[in-house]
Amino acid sequence: MFKFPKALVVIALIAAAGLASAQSAIKMPGVGRDATPKEVAAWDIDVRPDFKGLPVGSGSVAKGQDVWENKCAHCHGFFGESGEVFSPLVGGTSADDIKTGRVAKLTDNSFPGRTTLMKVPTVSTLWDYINRAMPWTEPKSLTTEEVYSVTAFLLNLGGIVPDNFVMSDKNIAEVQARMPNRNGMTTAHAMWPGNEFNGVSKPDTRNVACMRDCVTEPKVASFLPDYARNAHGNLAEQNRGFGAQRGADTSRPEGKPGATAPMVNAVVVAQVSPSAPTAPAAVASGDNKAAAVLAQKNNCMVCHGIDKKIVGPGFNDIAKKHAGKTDYLAGKIKSGGSGVWGPIPMPAQTLSDADAKTIAVWLASGAGK
Amino acid sequence: MDDNMSSGRVRKAPENFLDRDGIKTVFSEAKNGRRSFIRSAFAAVATTATLPAVLAQGNPVPVEGGDPNILNLPQHSKALGQGVAVEGYGKPSQYEVNIQRRQSPGLTQTTQASVSFAPLQSLFGIVTPSGLHFERHHQGWWDIDPSKHRLMLNGMVKAAKVFTLDEIMRLPSVSRFHFIECGANTAVEWGNVAVPTVQYTHGMLSCSEFTGVPLITLLELAGADLKNGKFVLAEGADGSSMTRTIPMSLIKSGEVFVAYGQNGEMLRPEQGYPLRLIVPGVQGVSWIKYLRRIEVGDKPYAAKDEAVHYMDLQPGGLHRQYTNLQECKSVVTTPSGGQVLLDKGFYNITGLAWSGKGKVKKVDVSVDGGRNWRTARLETPVLSKALTRFNMDWVWDGKPAIIQSRATDDTGFVQPTYQQLRGVRGTRSIYHNNAIQSWLVQESGEVKNVQVS
Repeated sequence: MFKFPKALVVIALIAAAGLASAQSAIKMPGVGRDATPKEVAAWDIDVRPDFKGLPVGSGSVAKGQDVWENKCAHCHGFFGESGEVFSPLVGGTSADDIKTGRVAKLTDNSFPGRTTLMKVPTVSTLWDYINRAMPWTEPKSLTTEEVYSVTAFLLNLGGIVPDNFVMSDKNIAEVQARMPNRNGMTTAHAMWPGNEFNGVSKPDTRNVACMRDCVTEPKVASFLPDYARNAHGNLAEQNRGFGAQRGADTSRPEGKPGATAPMVNAVVVAQVSPSAPTAPAAVASGDNKAAAVLAQKNNCMVCHGIDKKIVGPGFNDIAKKHAGKTDYLAGKIKSGGSGVWGPIPMPAQTLSDADAKTIAVWLASGAGK
Repeated sequence: MDDNMSSGRVRKAPENFLDRDGIKTVFSEAKNGRRSFIRSAFAAVATTATLPAVLAQGNPVPVEGGDPNILNLPQHSKALGQGVAVEGYGKPSQYEVNIQRRQSPGLTQTTQASVSFAPLQSLFGIVTPSGLHFERHHQGWWDIDPSKHRLMLNGMVKAAKVFTLDEIMRLPSVSRFHFIECGANTAVEWGNVAVPTVQYTHGMLSCSEFTGVPLITLLELAGADLKNGKFVLAEGADGSSMTRTIPMSLIKSGEVFVAYGQNGEMLRPEQGYPLRLIVPGVQGVSWIKYLRRIEVGDKPYAAKDEAVHYMDLQPGGLHRQYTNLQECKSVVTTPSGGQVLLDKGFYNITGLAWSGKGKVKKVDVSVDGGRNWRTARLETPVLSKALTRFNMDWVWDGKPAIIQSRATDDTGFVQPTYQQLRGVRGTRSIYHNNAIQSWLVQESGEVKNVQVS
């Protein structure tokens, strides 16, 4: 491009303006600026399988255990085995898998789950993801040493590195050579929309658009189980109350044609009356909503379901056990604790006293919707 | 009353509305072609015992001699309506309250790494209303201040660049309709039937008109090495900072773009406001929301959702990695699972077809479980890597029927059966289930999700 005097003039002007890319200025001057090295360093955190992007540093299994118990165990379990909040991380790999680089359990249809260590081929993936997205409610808060440590601890749980291991940017390639499923991947398929992997171009299936007498009498091989009919709630309330079809009233057993329509309309009318008088119950319901929003906002619902146990007890169970005990509950929210509901500790929470009180009042009065 | 037709929504005929010759004409016309339902309806009148129930669904003339909804003028015909701008941002009618995106109970352990499904059974045409667009979040969603959002380009570029929204919105823009489908759409049905309605079988699917700037334009502005930079990392600004590897060949085609607009307005926060990547034909997880960074590289990145999830387990125990494409697929949206047909008679079978490789060429519909097929009418527009709406006339005779649709795209690829798909990929794949869906219309009128052998 330096052959053209006009381009040279433009480049000179850009240089004066502090812009570096000739191409950009020629095409669309005034749009975008160069990122500073400091800015790039702040955001360019990805680590590739060849360890490009991996920060210099190290961390021990022992230190990783501390980090794990403080910041990870309440969701993942003390041994990475928990499936309560997330799928189990550890389990299903063997010493033999570490040798072969293929996880044998992946071919065992009777083995119930597929843990992270059974699947992940690349240790860089663990490092990168823990660094960018963990812990769940405070992503990007771990130090480089903590990321090395906790990655090492996780691998130690899977028997991939020994108890006294210190993982670092110097020896991470040796760890990669022990990943149980490192040879378990293929890109020989037609599902990547480009030629970058030199994959195959032929699709897996070759159906033909037959039009007449295509199959012998079709048989129903799999039918929606009865328990699943209403498992997503009443389907009458998930369809319009008019039109060519209605939703089936799945709160009742299957009926004859025509049995559903009037009920469905009733549902719609009941749900939409926007000018319903504001009864005391409705006022309480407003407070309930505000408390529930606060609980959501303060990440309470990461560990407590409204009506189910997750890591901690469900709000409905807390409401039952501690009915009326507003001050106790407000105190517990602020201080955390363990032993009342189980061994997994609830950390002290940093919300304001007023917000803690609102949630406590809600819990003490039944945790209604 | 024996001269009533049992087809739904047909006004009750007055006595002697057809004389003997007229009836004869109807019968002879009915022998061939679409109107045979009239004949069967006439025949049914004489024999069926369920007739009263069926008729209860029709629109008969009341004994008073007219419909009170016609005879008694409603309030809205006799009084003054509401003024302009009562709602600065209009909402759907109060009678549409049932039409919601919904979670599938028990599918995920948290709501922040979860999914809500679009109510496909209630939608028309090809555009998904922005408020009903399916959601998939990996670490919760945010409503980000656009004045503080930045997009960075780095890696194999002449100069790393930073753009503000002000700058991105100055650049030449494109507006295109594209479908977005989660790679795990229909995942729960790989082994057997699991969920009741099309919302839960196929509802991780939406289609919008997106507006933004081709990514190639931005890469050129940064002086990217388009020859050696074969892979591009896209990264989000949310807690998960989602990352995915994007093929440079697709970016060079001009199809991939950085969008700020959706259906004429800005993106919804749940869809990545103020900036998301649009990767036509590729599964939704690659459409990075809250897009903050683009890195050009020469190797793939093996991000968490490329090396732990979104990999397809094959029968031999190998995982297919970097499986991004959404192959040709279709589904009938009405009548569909969990719905009830009100009556025998005429219906418009309608549904959606799409292909990650291009345009839908044709859609065939079967009402006998795949034995015989008829070619459906495609509504316009038919666009590349967008949803296409199809329709087919159908007269339900009240007997059990298994409804299926089968799409063919412009590469000639025909949507597979479950047997064909499982024959290659087994049943533990989770992702990329594009098999033909079957809905069983039972005699009661209630439609059931089934799979056929």
